[in-house]
Amino acid sequence: MKIIILGAGQVGTSVAESLVSEANDITVVDTDPARLALLQERFDLRTVTGNAASPSTLRQAGADDADMLIAVTQSDQTNLCACKTAHALFNLPTRIARVRSTDYVEHPGLFSPENFAVDFSICPEQIVTDYIVKLIEVPEALQVLEFAEGQVSLVAVRAFEGGPLVGHPLKDIRKHIPQVDARIAAIFRRDTPVTPEGDTVVEAGDEVFCLAATKDIRKVMRELRRMDKPVKRIMIAGGGNIGYRLARAIENDYQVKVIDHNKHHAEWLAEHVQRALVLQGDATDEKLLEDENIDQMDLFIALTNDDENNIMSALLAKRLGARRVVALINRRAYAELVQGGQIDIAISPAQTSIGTLLAHVRRGDVAAVHSLRRGAAEALELVVHGDEKSSQVIGRRIEQLPVIKGATIGAIVRQLPQKDTPVFTEVLAEERQYKVIMAHHDTVIRAGDHVIVFVVSKRLVPKVEKLFQVGFNFV
Amino acid sequence: MSNPLAVLRVFALVLLVFALTMLVPAAVSGYGQDSAAGAFQFGCAITFASAMLLWLLTRRHVDELRVRDGFLLVSLVWVLVPAFAAVPLLHFFPAMSFTDAYFEAVSGLTTTGATVVEGLDTLPFSINLWRAMMVFLGGMGLIVLAVAILPLLGVGGRQLFSAESPGPIKETKLTPRMAQTAKGLWLIYLALAVACTLGYVWAGMGWGDALVHMLTTLGLGGFSSHDASYAFFNSPRVEAVAIVFMTLAGMNFATHFMAVQRRSLSFYWIDPEIRWYVGVMYASVLGIALYLWWAGTFPDFLTALRFSAFNTVSIATTTGFANTDYAQWPFFAPLWMLFLCSFVTCAGSTGGGIKMMRALIVFRQVMREVVHTVHPNAVLPVKLSGAPLPNKIVFAVLAFCFAYMVIIVSLTLLMVFAGLDVVTGFSAVVASFNNTGPGLGEVGPATTYKSLSDFQTWVCTIAMLLGRLEIFTLLVVLSPAFWRK
Repeated sequence: MKIIILGAGQVGTSVAESLVSEANDITVVDTDPARLALLQERFDLRTVTGNAASPSTLRQAGADDADMLIAVTQSDQTNLCACKTAHALFNLPTRIARVRSTDYVEHPGLFSPENFAVDFSICPEQIVTDYIVKLIEVPEALQVLEFAEGQVSLVAVRAFEGGPLVGHPLKDIRKHIPQVDARIAAIFRRDTPVTPEGDTVVEAGDEVFCLAATKDIRKVMRELRRMDKPVKRIMIAGGGNIGYRLARAIENDYQVKVIDHNKHHAEWLAEHVQRALVLQGDATDEKLLEDENIDQMDLFIALTNDDENNIMSALLAKRLGARRVVALINRRAYAELVQGGQIDIAISPAQTSIGTLLAHVRRGDVAAVHSLRRGAAEALELVVHGDEKSSQVIGRRIEQLPVIKGATIGAIVRQLPQKDTPVFTEVLAEERQYKVIMAHHDTVIRAGDHVIVFVVSKRLVPKVEKLFQVGFNFV
Repeated sequence: MSNPLAVLRVFALVLLVFALTMLVPAAVSGYGQDSAAGAFQFGCAITFASAMLLWLLTRRHVDELRVRDGFLLVSLVWVLVPAFAAVPLLHFFPAMSFTDAYFEAVSGLTTTGATVVEGLDTLPFSINLWRAMMVFLGGMGLIVLAVAILPLLGVGGRQLFSAESPGPIKETKLTPRMAQTAKGLWLIYLALAVACTLGYVWAGMGWGDALVHMLTTLGLGGFSSHDASYAFFNSPRVEAVAIVFMTLAGMNFATHFMAVQRRSLSFYWIDPEIRWYVGVMYASVLGIALYLWWAGTFPDFLTALRFSAFNTVSIATTTGFANTDYAQWPFFAPLWMLFLCSFVTCAGSTGGGIKMMRALIVFRQVMREVVHTVHPNAVLPVKLSGAPLPNKIVFAVLAFCFAYMVIIVSLTLLMVFAGLDVVTGFSAVVASFNNTGPGLGEVGPATTYKSLSDFQTWVCTIAMLLGRLEIFTLLVVLSPAFWRK
């Protein structure tokens, strides 16, 4: 696929990185030649220097025969304008824009083909914020992902001594919680994947990925560790884009304190939050943290732009007594370094937000892609199309499918047939009815199913996609 | 200082407008052939002649008005116009001193409603109408009226406007042009006037009474054409109409304006000032009713509620009507009502006092200091309906409140020095300064200010002017810095 990426910032770079490795032709456009040079050095792609929204730059980048435009520059206006230009002049088929300002997002009509012509709008900061909000709601999890509009959850939990299932084989989970249908999708033991079988024994320290209906997920987690007290007090270091959004999202449900070192920005924050307390100061200032009762905090979240700062302030907070600490870390090397040590959770913003984007790029019919373990593994939500002749999976039991080592089908979400109530059809169409089926060896896949597949390594993704693709005779 | 003569020219025009309003009672008394016809013809002639003379002398001095000129003009208008307004009263009551007549006129124009006239029921209708009209004109403001109807005031109208209208934040322009805003505000005022008159007639008042009481209800003044005030009507229905319109007049007229312009009631809910105004006032109504019932002043709760509702709303909105001698109630109730009148009404209404807006800002500033002590690093803006207030405004409000307290204390001391007891002196100062009217003790709702000495009357007069112009407009003109070249 020929893809043009506008903007070589953090998001642009990580999108480019992911897509290059999936054998696409990538052209990156930015106004800063130095950044582009750096990109070109690292990856096999083309770069064009110029204003992303101008027709001549787009033509130069090959907009005439490109398949997709991903506009992720810093400026909403540039992104919107580029989409419109690409649509009007080059008839570029798929246009994705990053739109941060809620002012625009609140008016979806603006994105229609006759207006800004944006097919999908994404806001990475919002995605990261939502991700952190879920972590706050389920404080024991390392990661929480939702599929099928929130019906199914996948959580990563570290197993601790004291969990009923720890030290027992996986099949015991049936005896412990018979009423719950759950799947252990993968286990990582000291960073290497262990294929979960019925008699695999869970050890303390394992990172376990469990899949279950969202309402049951806490029961499953209770098998693996003692549950913590619910989170009440939260301290956020850094009131930038993500910090501010997070504060706004949670300030009515928790006691929130936000620390920002910039005086003017702190004032801006204080004016725009409602109940959160804004503190001006340095998040690595021991005295400030102590004065603000860091030892009483259930959660300390470091969200500044600076990786080192986030790591140091999170470590400091942990030492001063914060119950759990979370740090936003851009560099993958750092994230690998610190997670699981003193820092409880390291969040990689690029890997977190990129899944939504990738879902639009991937072939087949991928409804959602989530990076796990900061991009090493993936969870895919695939929609099954075709019929028994054109598809390799429809009408077959799971045990009949070819085995891909490292890939597990976790669950199937089946849309229930809608009842015939002509008056309310429109309302019913809005609230779709789903049934969640945990994958067993004899489950039969049907057309229209959403299949959630867990892949321990990214390299396996093309194989999985190929399996679910509709054969040529269908098209 | 630009040009004092230019200020005088504009003053002459404002006086001219005022002379025109005096034609109304003159016409009424001429039509009814009552004994006050001569008084109004005389007053009208003097005002008209003075205005024309002043205008002829200064007509060449057409200059743009500056901020300072605004303060000077507003002070001139509010100090001198009552003198002209007092002329018909002086002429009609031969025994009345200038002190008393000026007091009565200031009391009307500042919407205070304290009176030195007794035997109101026996007066000709035109005199009562004139007293009520002063309240109505002063309620929305003489300058605002002039800006609305005189196109030549367009230049510099903003400065005048902000020096006269009450409230801490005056940047909000409702329309691009000031004259348009002034017109809009007066139209709302007149629309409420029509509604209120019809309401009173529906409730059983005669047209004359309805007109007089409508004027003083919307101006939040409290003059009545009966010595017994609303006890004369003794009708819960009349009182209910009065409560509704006093409550409406105590709200910010800018909010009424926006609600009408955009045809949406949501503005009343969004405005935190109105929420607190209504909340505090009606909670007090209920509280005082319970207290009176519990104290046994009234035998049953509904009667207690009726009297509490009318008198509390009347005093809290700085109107000053009464339907019973509430000074006879257990002392807590009237004291609480006087306390309410010093801050409950909204900025931009026709009421007096420090205004709910300032009270909210001061309260939030206090809370900010408290939180700041606990969290020394916290950044805490003072917010009003989600928007931060610049510190400049917060400081101005704090200074205002400080000046307010100092003036109350020093004027009370002056009254006590002049021989009054503390309750009378303090309540007279509070009631005058907040433009409420009836106080307690010798100046209670059942009596008048007639018993005060000339000196005490002048103290009240000054308090009323200071209160109506929100202290600073007068203080600025009296300060040496203002006159320095």
